[in-house]
Amino acid sequence: MTNRKTLSRRSFLNQSAAGIGALALGGTAQQAFAATPLTVGFIYVGPRDDFGYNQAHAEGAAAVAAMEGVTVIEEENVPETQDVQNTMQSMIQFDGATLLFPTSFGYFNPHILEVAPNYPDLRFQHCGGLWNSAEHPSNVGSYFGYIGMGQYLNGIAAGHATQSKKIGFVAAKPIPQVLNNINSFLLGARAVDPEIVCQVIFTGEWSLAVKEAEATNALADQGCDVITCHVDGPKVVVETAAGRGAYVCGYHADQSALAPDLYLTGAEWNWAGVYQNMIETVQAGGSIDNFVRGGLADGFIKMSPLGPAVSDAARNQFEAVKAEIMQGGFAAIKGPLNDNEGNVIATASQSFPEDDVALESMDYLVEGVIGSTGA
Amino acid sequence: MADQALHGRRLPVRAAALETLLPRIEAVAIPAIGLIGGFAIFAVFLLSQGKSPVEFATLVWKAGYSSAFSLQNTFSRVAPLLFAALCVALPARLGLVVIGGEGAIVLGGLGAGVAGVALAGLPSVMGFAGMVIAAMGLAGLWMGLVGVMRVKRGVNETIASLLMAYIAIALFNHFVETVFRDPASLNKPSTAPLPDGLRVGDMPVITTHWGLIVGICACIACWVLIERTKLGFAARLAGDSARAAKVQGLPVDRLIIGFMALGGALAGLAGLFEVAAVHGSANASLIAGYGYTGILVSFLARHNPLAIIPVAILLGGIEASSGLIQRRMDLPDATNLVLQGMIFVAILFSETLTGRLKLLQPGTWGRT
Repeated sequence: MTNRKTLSRRSFLNQSAAGIGALALGGTAQQAFAATPLTVGFIYVGPRDDFGYNQAHAEGAAAVAAMEGVTVIEEENVPETQDVQNTMQSMIQFDGATLLFPTSFGYFNPHILEVAPNYPDLRFQHCGGLWNSAEHPSNVGSYFGYIGMGQYLNGIAAGHATQSKKIGFVAAKPIPQVLNNINSFLLGARAVDPEIVCQVIFTGEWSLAVKEAEATNALADQGCDVITCHVDGPKVVVETAAGRGAYVCGYHADQSALAPDLYLTGAEWNWAGVYQNMIETVQAGGSIDNFVRGGLADGFIKMSPLGPAVSDAARNQFEAVKAEIMQGGFAAIKGPLNDNEGNVIATASQSFPEDDVALESMDYLVEGVIGSTGA
Repeated sequence: MADQALHGRRLPVRAAALETLLPRIEAVAIPAIGLIGGFAIFAVFLLSQGKSPVEFATLVWKAGYSSAFSLQNTFSRVAPLLFAALCVALPARLGLVVIGGEGAIVLGGLGAGVAGVALAGLPSVMGFAGMVIAAMGLAGLWMGLVGVMRVKRGVNETIASLLMAYIAIALFNHFVETVFRDPASLNKPSTAPLPDGLRVGDMPVITTHWGLIVGICACIACWVLIERTKLGFAARLAGDSARAAKVQGLPVDRLIIGFMALGGALAGLAGLFEVAAVHGSANASLIAGYGYTGILVSFLARHNPLAIIPVAILLGGIEASSGLIQRRMDLPDATNLVLQGMIFVAILFSETLTGRLKLLQPGTWGRT
């Protein structure tokens, strides 16, 4: 490890021209950030037009690019390997980037943690909420949104639309964040009708179009008439579901263009506002908080406009619950609640609001979800 | 008479020199023609998109080779390509086309990650030896199995290795997400982190991990094996004609299984170094497609282990420049795939020129 440090120092010196430029920029930053043009780099793990996770970030990047005094550079399809370390350094050395947004969850450890200490004057902002002050460098920050509430609202729209009382969820992996979305979707629907059940199918991969299509068809075959998902690019799920005549709730970004008649609503990231705030902070000479999170009320997430298939009754309940969520402290997971194996999740007096840390190690599917975490 | 005698003595020498020299020139010239042809087609493609091929080449140079940082960027991509290409090249000398090296890579990574954690209590040297055995053993067994299916049941190794790669990836995901999952890896299922003593660090001077040197050594060793040993001779013979080799009493079946297993074991080292030098634990980031780029590298090198080294550096440089090309030329990431595809097709096509370039036939240069 010591070896690594000396080498990093050398590679740091090697960047001579760009490095000195960056250092100079870092040095003057405190006094005159606003006057210095800011170069911001965005790195995506998939294509930036995937109608999903990456597109949501790319839309945020586009909003930043529209700001005064900011140059945005982007790179897509960067795997979570040595590649992303190289990309970060390339953006710093060749383009003089001083603020980086490596947006994929897997970029953090070890890649950002490896590169960031070599560039103490630059800032690395990671999407995912993994940063903590005890372990990680102070020029690294985390930001993330509570999108489970968006899936809860999706569930309300779904609960009104379903005829079969069976809704479906195509999920990537049984990890806490995905499980929270599945549970929230079902609980939203059960707020409309407690008889509703939700069938979940895990594809095992973040992006695997063939399996996503198969899973969607399987859900439709089993009578699910509203389908949503949590995979990186929901395009295939949305198109396949609509092709089978099922209603669709979106995720990550707005997919209404893919199924204009059957798209009910969708849980979207709202990175544009979040990113613009961060850039404004830097331009004003301040520093971004290392740990930032927010939900619907904080403008971190938003809902797609309600589609034509949404009934008035659905619209009313949707808007009412949304208003309640906007006040903060709303809990989708609240007692009495069991998981789908009969274990107690919450007693009658217990509730877990969206920012409760207990939700971050969720390992269950609630009663009414048909499926297994596989653990 | 004297004149004739002189000629008579000289001609065979010259002819012999040509006999040995020309095939070697041909062996270099034909892939070079393919490479240039591939670049030429790609240049036309760029022009059709209103982009400048010169700018493209300049950016590849700048991002891939022009400075210490660029070279580091390039070299850091080379190590897994070397191992992945060997996994294609070794069986290729036996006439087998293996395209499923990706499976061996991920299983090697899984073996290394699990063994490293299990052996954390032992001294580092023994722990690392255990990781190497686990990685090479698991990956070698996997590819050896493809060889067994080929030999015992006549299953096509190309298809089998590819399908086995899908199974390997599924198994990898299953084990990483269940049995060997580190409970602390909540949203990115991984095996437990390797202890610091079992991590592989960077080399001096070139800031790239040791996998690069090990990979280069492996290429040299494979070249010696194929070109300078009886075993390699037997393998080449079997590659030319399995039936003839069998008639000669060569153990063709065992050669097939052995070379497949060795190729797999080497690919397993790619997984080991990715885990031990880059990621620190086995997780889905390991499934990055190195196994597939390795196919291109091996074909480009005409399955010659020594040629794999420069070819991997060339492709590593092109991949290293991908980012700058995206950012400066506003071309999508897929541009690189287009280039690689065009080179691949051009190389395959150029193979058909073997023995057809008049200039490179001994007969053209002198009376025989």
